Order: sequence, then C-alpha cells, then structure tokens
Amino acid sequence: MIVELGAFALILALALSVLSLALTTAGRLRLSPVLAGAGGGAMLASAGAILLAFAALIYAFVVSDFSVSNVALNSHTDKPMLYKVAGAWGSHEGSLLLWCLVMTVFGGALALARGLPFGLKTSAVAVQAGLSSLFLAFAAFTSNPFFRLDPAPVQGASLNPLLQDPALAVHPPLLYGGYVGFSVCFSLAVAALIEKRVDPAWGRWVRPWALASWALLTVGIALGSFWAYYELGWGGWWFWDPVENASFMPWLAGAALLHSAIVTERRGALAGWTVFLAILAFTFSMLGAFLVRSGVLTSVHAFAVDPQRGMMLLAILGLAAGAAFILFALRAPAIRSGAAFAPISREGALVLNNLFLTAAAATVLLGTLYPLILEAATGATISVGPPYFNAVFNPLMIIACLILPAGPLLAWKRGDLKGALQRLWWAAALAIIAAFAAFVLFEPKKALAAAGLGVGAWLIGGALAELGERTKAFRAPLAETLRRAKGLPLGAWGMALAHAGLGVFILGAVVETSFKAEAAAALPLGGEVSAGPWKARLDAVQVIEGPNYLAEQGRLTIMPVDGRAPARVITAERRFFPAGGQTTTEVGLDFRGLDDVYAVMGDRAATDAGERAWIVRIYYNPWARLIFLGPALMALGGLISLLDRRLRVGAGSRVKKAAKPAEPLEAQA
Amino acid sequence: MRRAAALFAAALLASATAPALAEPPPAPDRPLTDPAQEARARALFGDIRCVVCQHESIADSPAGIAADLRGLVREQIAAGKTDAQIKDDLIRRYGDYVLFQPPVRIGTWLLWFGPFALAAGAGVVLVLRARRRETAEAAPLTPEEERALAALTGDDEKA
Repeated sequence: MIVELGAFALILALALSVLSLALTTAGRLRLSPVLAGAGGGAMLASAGAILLAFAALIYAFVVSDFSVSNVALNSHTDKPMLYKVAGAWGSHEGSLLLWCLVMTVFGGALALARGLPFGLKTSAVAVQAGLSSLFLAFAAFTSNPFFRLDPAPVQGASLNPLLQDPALAVHPPLLYGGYVGFSVCFSLAVAALIEKRVDPAWGRWVRPWALASWALLTVGIALGSFWAYYELGWGGWWFWDPVENASFMPWLAGAALLHSAIVTERRGALAGWTVFLAILAFTFSMLGAFLVRSGVLTSVHAFAVDPQRGMMLLAILGLAAGAAFILFALRAPAIRSGAAFAPISREGALVLNNLFLTAAAATVLLGTLYPLILEAATGATISVGPPYFNAVFNPLMIIACLILPAGPLLAWKRGDLKGALQRLWWAAALAIIAAFAAFVLFEPKKALAAAGLGVGAWLIGGALAELGERTKAFRAPLAETLRRAKGLPLGAWGMALAHAGLGVFILGAVVETSFKAEAAAALPLGGEVSAGPWKARLDAVQVIEGPNYLAEQGRLTIMPVDGRAPARVITAERRFFPAGGQTTTEVGLDFRGLDDVYAVMGDRAATDAGERAWIVRIYYNPWARLIFLGPALMALGGLISLLDRRLRVGAGSRVKKAAKPAEPLEAQA
Repeated sequence: MRRAAALFAAALLASATAPALAEPPPAPDRPLTDPAQEARARALFGDIRCVVCQHESIADSPAGIAADLRGLVREQIAAGKTDAQIKDDLIRRYGDYVLFQPPVRIGTWLLWFGPFALAAGAGVVLVLRARRRETAEAAPLTPEEERALAALTGDDEKA
C-alpha cells in the first residue's frame, strides 16, 4: 500500500512539475504574480510529493519488502539498518529519485527566494520546472523504483558490498546536492537570457548557488575518493577513472563559475562568460549522469547497457543543454561587457583563473570522451589514464596555482603587479625554501616533487599573506590587527581558507604520490613485511561473523623499522558476503600523524616452506591525511563565504544598504 | 548464518586448495632483487592497463592477467630491456589500449594539444582585445566622451 502511494506520489510530482512549468510560463507572459506564485507553489508541492515517494521507497527498504523489484535487487534482510536506508539511493532508480528530489527542493527554494525581480524569478522557476519535468518523466517512465515483482522473492540480492560503507552512504546525497545545485545556476542563467538582463545583481543571485553547489560537490567527491582509498584496498585515492572524471568536470566548471560570478557581481564585467559557465556547469552534471548511467563507460564496447535509458538521458541532455546554448548564442552578443579593466588587475587575474580552469575542464572532457569518439570514428582503441593527465592537466593547473595568490592582492580595474608581488615576497621565499629543502633532503632525482611542494607552500603562504595584508599583521599594533581581523568579512576568511586548502591538498597529493612505498608478501603467523619506514607483523588471523558477512580478520602490529615510535595493533579484514558471493577488503589504517600505514589482507597462500600463510600488502602513504583535509578546508571556505551577509539570499535590499560603505554594488542599467 | 559459515569455509578452502590442483597457489609477486630495477618495474605497472579490467592498472588489479603482466615486465627488466622496449613489446601484443598513455599521432593530436591550444588561443584573444582597448583609449576623446568618462570615474571614486 505504502509502495503504491510512493508510485502515485512520483506520478503526482511529475504532474505538479509540469503544472508548475505551465503556471510560471503563463504567469510570466501575462505578468501575473498570482499565476507565478501558484507556479512556485506547484514546484514546492512537487518537491513534497517526491519527498513522500522517497520516504515510501526508504520504508520499502527498511521493512525489506522484496515484492518491490528495486528492493529485491538491492537489499537483504541481514543488511545493517544504515545500509538498508542508504540502499534507497544505492541503485540507478533510487539515486535518480534523489536527483529529482534535490532538483525540486532547490526549485522550491528558488520560488521562495526574496529580492529577485518578478521576471527573472518566474522565468528561472519555469526553467527549473522544465528540467525537473524532464528528469521526473525519465524517472517515472524508464526508471520507476516502485515496480512490483510477482511472485516476490524470499530474499533480496543485497546491495553491492563495496557500497556498504558509511562514507558511501552519505556520498550520493552530498554529491547530488552539488551536481543538481548547479541546475539552479543553469535556470538563473537561462532566465537571464530570456529576460535579457545580465547585470551585477544577477551575479549576486547566482553566486550563493554556485558556492553552495561547489562546496557540496567538493565534499561529495572527497568522500568518494576517501572511500576508494580505503575500501578498494589499492592504496590509491584518484585513478582518473571516467566515473571520477564525470564528477570532476562540473567541479572545475563550478570553480570557474564562482570566480567569474565575483567579477560580474562586483564589476559587471564578464557577464556573458558567467552565463556561459553557469550553463556549462550543469551541462557537465547532466553529461556525468549520462556517462555513468547509460553504461557507455562500464564497458567501452557496449554503448548503453540499457539503450533506452541511455538514449533518453542523451535526449534530455541534448534538449536542455542544446536549447540553453542556442539561446546563449542568440542573446550573448547583446550582453553588455561591463566596466573595462586593465590586463593587470583583479579582473585580469580572475580571467586567467577562468582560462586555466576551463582548459583543465576541457582536458578532463577530452580525456574521458576521446577513447569513445576515436573508437567510434576509426575503430582504434586507446586508453587515457594517469600519464596523460599528469602531462596535460597538471601543467595547466600549476600555472593557475602560480597566478592564484597574486589575484586577491591586485586592485580591481587596474592593479599594481609589482606591489602585489612585493607583498608576496615572503610567501615566495617560503615556497622556494620548501622546494629547495625538499630537493636537498629527500631524493634529489625527484625535482618535480620538490617543485610541487613549492607550489603548495606558495598557495598557503599566499593565503596567509592576503589575510596579513588585510589585517595589517606585523605592520600595525596587535590591537589594530585584531580589530581589522574581526571586521574582515566572512567572505575574505572563506576565500583564504579555500585557497590554503588547495595548497594543503597539493602538499598531500605531491608527497603521497612521490614518496609512498608498498610491499606485499605471503606471511605466516609471526611473519613480517616492511614498506618505507614501517613494518607489519601478522599476529593472528581469525574468522569473524558480521551482520551480513563473514570475514577473515588479520591482527597486525605496525611498528617503525628504526624502533623510534610506539608499535600499534590494527586489524584488516577480507569480507565474504554470501548474499552476492562477493569478497571485499576492509583496510587496516594506522594513522601516524599526517601519514597512513595501510594494510590489506589478501588470499590465503603458502610460503616457500609450505607453511599456511596470508598475502599481506602494506602501504606507507606519507601525508595522505592532507589529501582529504585540503578539500575539507576548501568546502569549509566555501560554506563560510556563504554565511557572509552580503551573499545571503533573500536579504537583498537590507544587504545593499548595510554593505554600502564597504562593498558597494556598481550600478549598471 | 551457520550455513553461510560453512559456505564461507568452503569458499576459502576452495580458494586455497582448488587452484593448487590446477595451477600453483596465488603466490605474491616476487620483487626484483635490485631495488632500482624494482622501482622501475613499479613505475611501469602504473602505466599499464589490465586489459580485462574496467579502468585498473596492473599495479592495482587482482586479476590473473595483471599478475602475469607484472611477472613479464619484471622478467624483461631483469633481461636488461629499456622501458621503451618493454612498452613497444606490450603494444605489439595488446595494441595501444594496453598503455594508459595514449600514443601521439595525428588521430590524437587534438587530445594531446587541444587543451594547450585552447589556453593559448584564449590568451591570444585576450591580449588582442586588451590591445584594441588600449588603442581605443589612446584615441582623443570627444567632449561627450570626456563627460561620460568623468561621470564614470566619479562613480568609481565614490565606490
């Protein structure tokens, strides 16, 4: 009964979404606030209906109602409750429902937002309603999670055990918050083109959405990466896998967007470009959804495992993005270019930031799609992996990082590069010392790693220099610095934190990649294997019973080779899930400051002497902590900026008055 | 659960004994004795694709063919072959697909140089625009433009 209610709610949500599209369109054409308001209400009601449908699906998972095909395929009575609930978004159908939920909730938020002019707001809600109608139709007609099975199986097939992990249970909601959050930027951009109004105020409305989506996406990607790091048991955290790339493209476009939106908001410049990026970011989100869901990526040889779904997603992508880009091509020439600026200025620095971020996004796009295109066109098969991205993506991003610290120190309109660089001298000194020290201390052959460390130090130093500059640290009395620090807008703190976070990430990524060590051996009980400065001793192996799995759990003592740190005991498991017949690894992690010692239990084996043994792999991953701390700082920076009063949605008119002395809005007709 | 336990024991047993009858038990890789050679081998593993896997290098993949390829690479390094020779040999056997680094040839120029061309092209456009703007600024202003400019800069100072 509840499941039927869910199925009904899904159809109802679709109907309400279409109704919202019709009402807002009519409201806009007839300039009727009543119709437009009703359209917004329909959008909210649609969000409510999907919430109901989603609750019904979660209910079916919680009570293990295997007469529902989606539950039967993705759940199991023995599964822990957290994964029963998370199973609701663990499959294609359920996650699409989540996608639609986020989309309509954001649409409803857009409809409730205060301060937006009638035309822009109504058009934006209409576009958002159009998008959600497309995706809801897709969900209802090709991916309905409420289909019943008759007869119902006694037991379910269970969720892929690799996905039964806390990080992955919260990963999709965060990721989708980001992916789908960009749909609001998309809708605002298309609405601005329809209304022929792209001005600093528009930039101000887009920015919070871009910031929030980007911050959520950052956390979502980092969680996914962390999951790959400790669940796959390969010791790596980013593989330039097409599915990872699919999430990285909207992230890069979103990063470019939130920077160019600043220029549009403050200076009225780059307006057309910001609109373009807002459309592009969500287009990448939709492209990612297509790539991941159509099956085009699971095997390069089979275009769309489910051709119907793949083609429909491609059609939605073509329709939404195609219409938006055509509209952009028609209206963009009329967009005013805004205030002029000299090449050396904050605008100029942000333009360069955008140039390199866009080129980097293009690299990821090419690297992901090129093998498919080349094979379709010529039949030749190639693989695009880490060596390609190291050679093409990294140089582009390094140039962007070198320019980055100068940007915030340059004035708007016409900057003083010499002055900015003078204020950065100690950040540069820090970077050069860090690079030089790394070059001398570690292995001189790793010159590239030393340079990478320099870049990381440069970013962190640059962020500190910017804060120091704004608070007059060490140049004014401490009290004056503290007073200035207190008066500093949250946006400034957020920016510094995010930029420093990028530096922290680079330090971690460079050190981990350059200096990691790994070893594998067949260990009998009491056997030892060492990697880098650490060694592991296999103390005991026992079979343990989990809620829905059995595991061989190895107890390992991790100790330093030189004996200069205490030994610690960790456990690593190899789990066997009878429900699906799969085996997964549960990595044993020993956190040593910033470093990880990472142990994986493998198959049973035999030593040369014929003793019973287990294959144990250990990895020494120096500074691996920073790889995940960096993105966390970036996302936190984004969220702190979001709290800045000047950006608060709905507080538009009050904000303008309050912020007048500090950050006036350039009047642009 | 007990039946599952038995099943698990059987599965473990199977993985431990069954291969022993057919082929040698899954021995861990035997690293090369020379650390420099072993380091070269490991660097190469990351660039070689496990041809039957999704998107895994032979360094990461647990598949049998990945283990075979790792053994092969180590053998060839021990035999004194250069990295390039080893890669060429792999390409002869499995095609370009086996390397994560795509070849540079006409068909992949866009892949390799496209992003740099895009950045450079955009850079040239920006420089040209800035030049044009400069020359436009250098031209003497009409009184009307002067007034407009004064109004604009006045605005800016207030800002």
